[in-house]
Amino acid sequence: MDKNVPRGPHDLGGASKFMCEPVDTEPHALTDFDKEVDALRGVLGAKGVMTVDELRRGIEAIPEADYNRLSYYRRWIRSIADNLLAKGVISEAELRAALDRV
Amino acid sequence: MPAFAPGAHVRVRDDWPETRGRVHIRTPHYVRGMRGTVVRCFGAFPNPEDLAFARPATRRPLYHVAFDQPAVWQEGKAGDELLVEIYEHWLEPA
Repeated sequence: MDKNVPRGPHDLGGASKFMCEPVDTEPHALTDFDKEVDALRGVLGAKGVMTVDELRRGIEAIPEADYNRLSYYRRWIRSIADNLLAKGVISEAELRAALDRV
Repeated sequence: MPAFAPGAHVRVRDDWPETRGRVHIRTPHYVRGMRGTVVRCFGAFPNPEDLAFARPATRRPLYHVAFDQPAVWQEGKAGDELLVEIYEHWLEPA
């Protein structure tokens, strides 16, 4: 039941575009990438750099088209990168250089 | 001390902070302005609306609130119930 309200892209309850698609409840294997992102988030939390609430805020700030296209852990790494850039932990140049090496 | 006891009738604030800037709201859009019944209080937890911005966070009581599902989503049978976790500052007596 769509309501014409300013909901965030994560606030999906009742959104009709998701109502006719069965939910995939099969377990799926984690990739090495998934595990690395999860571990990175764990380290950043343990070191007091960012909280899970900041992670979620960053995930929910992803523009809707990207949010729906990205996998679960790709949303995480996008949020982690945005948070670390905003906090000045890493710079745009450092991130770009690291991505160029991949 | 939680303001609402189990069984208390409450209304979720019909408020849209999303329209006023960057926010981190845990109260689903589909229950704003709806009447429900408090089922239980889980205790008090730091407010995620502040934690998400690395601000000092006041502890707020968190409740399970039951809503009549047909009234929320215009589907389901009479008696179907929707349980949502909602922080106290989003609730008012109804």
